[in-house]
Amino acid sequence: MEENKNNVDDRLWEFIDGQSSIEEASAIEKLIETNKQWKEKYRELLELHQLVQSSALEEPSLRFTKNVMEEIAKYQIAPAAKAYINNKIIWGIGIFFITLFVGFLIYGFGQVDWNAGGNDKLPIDISKVDYGKFFNNTYVNVFMMINVVLGLMLLDRYLAAKKKKLQKEA
Amino acid sequence: MSAGPSDSEIISLVLKGDHNAYALLVERYKSYVFTLTFRFTKNREDAEEVSQDIFVKAYRSLADFKGTAKFSTWLYTIVNTTCITFLRKKRLDVKSLDDERTFEVADNQDSGLRANQVEQKSRLNMVNQAIALLSPDDAEIITLFYKNEQSLEEISQILGVEANTAKVRLHRARTRLKEKMERYFSEEIKDLH
Repeated sequence: MEENKNNVDDRLWEFIDGQSSIEEASAIEKLIETNKQWKEKYRELLELHQLVQSSALEEPSLRFTKNVMEEIAKYQIAPAAKAYINNKIIWGIGIFFITLFVGFLIYGFGQVDWNAGGNDKLPIDISKVDYGKFFNNTYVNVFMMINVVLGLMLLDRYLAAKKKKLQKEA
Repeated sequence: MSAGPSDSEIISLVLKGDHNAYALLVERYKSYVFTLTFRFTKNREDAEEVSQDIFVKAYRSLADFKGTAKFSTWLYTIVNTTCITFLRKKRLDVKSLDDERTFEVADNQDSGLRANQVEQKSRLNMVNQAIALLSPDDAEIITLFYKNEQSLEEISQILGVEANTAKVRLHRARTRLKEKMERYFSEEIKDLH
């Protein structure tokens, strides 16, 4: 019963707001003409709609605009977000992580013994892997060093840009 | 909305350095912004302070207004977030006034209203009084739709919800407003007929 009532309300609100499809609108028009309950409900909702539409706006104090203008005189318009987000830095960070990921993938594939296929058993016992050995490898160390240097360069650029901005503001 | 330069013309003047042109935007939207904030704060002094804060925020981030939506839609998004922050700060009870306790309070307020004010107020103020009895969420969506000339798509953008959710919320808010009107202003409604 309640659901049916809500359904009638929803359909009538859509009709009043002009959001019903043409077929739905003509069906509702017919219902309003022929069904007493629909007619009464429509009259109630339309009355509320018109009342709210004609209600007055609240007004702030007479000094409002003056107060706002006095307040904004203390500030400057901030630059658009796109102006201070440096795309080069975003790209740099992206390249850094992609290099890191690709490097590890290449290294991982390099360690696989491709001729060891065919057995159900894994070619190595994972529990016995000596992870410390990986970081004794010269290539891995060189790769890690490159990444650290890249990371430090990015941090330096970021801090330099921030310092420059602060000096400008001062 | 009104005659004179368009919103985007005023914004481009402000961005070029004519800060006084911003007063035109404030004049144009102050009542809309104030009405919305008043729905949240339920207090004129707070509404005035929050509205002022909203216009200052809008001014400071004016360079971020891309012009893809109406300026009013962008401005009301700032209104929505600022008012929610205000309510959190004030730790106001944002629950609807639908529970029994608040109905009792409203009943008491109502008897006072009847005696002193409502009889002298126009039917337009009666609607505002009824909207003031709604939760801030319901009052906001009704104000955005009826007073601030926002479509359901724009309202969904302002509130950060789907258009269909905004539609359902609006329907429910209107149903609750109708209930409030019937409960507290039934005599006045009869007089209208």
